[in-house]
Amino acid sequence: MKVILFLAAFFFATTAGAFAQGDVPAINPADTAWVLISTALVMFMTAPALALFYGGLVKRKNVLSILMQCFITLSIVSLLWIMIGYSLSFSPMPLIPGILGNFDWAFLKGVGMNPSASYAPTVPHLSFMIFQGMFAVITPALIIGAFAERMKFSSFLFFIILWSLLVYYPVAHWVWSTDGWLYKMGVLDFAGGIVVHINAGIAALVTAVMIGKRNYLKPTVPHNMPFTMIGAAMLWFGWFGFNAGSALAANGVAANAFVVTNSAASSAVVVWMLLDWFIIKKPTTLGIATGAIAGLAAITPAAGYVGVCASILIGGVASLFCYIMVVFVKGKFGYDDALDAFGVHGIGGFLGTIATGVFATPAIQAAYSGAISGNLKQLWVQFAGAGVVTAYSFIATAVIYKLIDMIIGLRVNDHEEAVGLDITQHDERGYTIIE
Amino acid sequence: MRIIIAIIQPHRLEQVKEELYKADINLITVSEVLGHGRQMGVTEVYRGNKETGNLLRKIRLEIAVNEDFVEPTIKAILKGAKIGNVGDGKIFIYRLDECVRIRTEERGPEAIG
Repeated sequence: MKVILFLAAFFFATTAGAFAQGDVPAINPADTAWVLISTALVMFMTAPALALFYGGLVKRKNVLSILMQCFITLSIVSLLWIMIGYSLSFSPMPLIPGILGNFDWAFLKGVGMNPSASYAPTVPHLSFMIFQGMFAVITPALIIGAFAERMKFSSFLFFIILWSLLVYYPVAHWVWSTDGWLYKMGVLDFAGGIVVHINAGIAALVTAVMIGKRNYLKPTVPHNMPFTMIGAAMLWFGWFGFNAGSALAANGVAANAFVVTNSAASSAVVVWMLLDWFIIKKPTTLGIATGAIAGLAAITPAAGYVGVCASILIGGVASLFCYIMVVFVKGKFGYDDALDAFGVHGIGGFLGTIATGVFATPAIQAAYSGAISGNLKQLWVQFAGAGVVTAYSFIATAVIYKLIDMIIGLRVNDHEEAVGLDITQHDERGYTIIE
Repeated sequence: MRIIIAIIQPHRLEQVKEELYKADINLITVSEVLGHGRQMGVTEVYRGNKETGNLLRKIRLEIAVNEDFVEPTIKAILKGAKIGNVGDGKIFIYRLDECVRIRTEERGPEAIG
C-alpha cells in the first residue's frame, strides 16, 4: 500500500510539475467537452460496435473469439498508448527526425491538464492524448476482420502489440505529429483515412494472404445478421466522434465533418443497395451495412476539408469501388479477407484520401484546397502519402507476421479451427441449445 | 425402407454432408442435440464442450433410404465422421414401415426417392 501511494504521489508530482513554468494557454470548456465525448464515441466503435459488426459475420462457434479480440485490443493498446505509444506517435521531439517521436511523453510525463504547445491548443493535453489513443485502439482492431476464425489468441496478442509499435506509431507520427515528414509534406488526413483505414486495410490484405484461407468446403452465411446491423449502426454513430471530434474543437469544422460523415455514409448505403438490387436481384442488409462502412471510411480523411455535395459523391464512388472489390476482385484473386477489412477499409480509405486531394475547398478551411479549387499539387501529395503508407504497412506487416509465425505460429491447427475458436481458445461458448 | 439415424461430432457435419452428396444421397434432416455415451461425457479435448452437466453437443442426422442405399449411406457417414476418437458417434438403422410424400400422396419406396 505504501508503495502504491508513493508511486501515485510520484506520478502526480511529475505531471503537475511540468506545467509549473511558462505561459498556460486557455482551455475552452466547449471544446474540451466535445473532445471528451468524441473520445467515448470512438471507444464505442471498437468494443461494442466493431465487435458486434464482425461478431455477427462469423460462424456461431467463433463469435466470442471476435468479441474477445476487440475487447482485449481496447485494453492492451490503451495501456501501450499511455506507456510509450503516445510519446512515439506525437512527441514533437523526434527520436528519428520525421519518422518517430522520442520518449519525452512516455508514461504521460508532462502530459497534463493544461493544453499542449503543439496540439489542440484549447483542450487539456490529456484529452487530446486519450482521443488519439482511441484511434490507436480501433486501427489494429479493424485488421481482426482479415484473419477472423483462424488465429491463435496468444499470437494475436503479440501481433497487435508489435503492429502498434512498428506500424501504427510510426505512421501516426509521419502524418499527424508536427514533426512528421508526411505532415510537413502537406498530406491531408483529417481523421485517419491514411493512418487508420489504409494502414489497417493493407495490413488486413497482408495477413489474410499470409495466414491462408479458412478451411471450409462451402462458404457459410453470417451467423447473426442482427448483430452485424446493430454493429454497423453503432459504428456510424461512433463515427461522428471519430470525424467531427477530429476538429478538436466545438466549431464549424466539427459541424461540417459531422454533416459530411452522415451524407457520405447515406449515399454509400443507397449506392450499395442499388448495386445489390441490380446484380444479385435483392437488396440485402449485409450490403447496406457494408456500404455504410465503405462510405464512412472514405469520408474520414476528407471530413474537415470537403463540402456536403462532394461528400455525397465520395460516399457513392467509394461504395461502387468497394462493391467491385468485395464481390468480384476478391473472388478472382482468391485471398480470404474473411470480413472484408481490406476491401472496405483499405479501398474506402484510399479513395477518400485521393478525393481529399480533389475536393478539398477553402470554403471549409481557408488554408486547404484541392484540385478542383486549382491546387493540383495537393492531389499528388495525397497520392504520395497514400502510396508511402501502403508500401510501409505492406512490408512491415509482412515482417511482423513472418516473425511471429516463425517463433510461435499464428494459425490454429485444423482440428481447433473445425471445433471453433470459442471452445479451443477460450473454453466458452457464445450460445447454448438447451437452457 | 430404412431410416438411418446418426449421432456425430458437430465439426464433422460438413464432411459427412459432402460424403453423402458424393454417394448420391440428397435427403437429410439435421438437428442439434445434447447427449453422451459410455464415457458419461468425458471429452478428449475441452471442458467448454459440455453444457447442462456432462451433456455434450452433437449433431443428429436422419436419413430415410431404400434398401440399396443403406450400405452406401453408412459408408458415407463413416467416411465423413470417423476420426478414431471417443465421441465420434453412432449410427442406428431402423426398419421404416411407411413413407408418404405430402405433395403427391405417393407411398412407399417411390415416396422416399
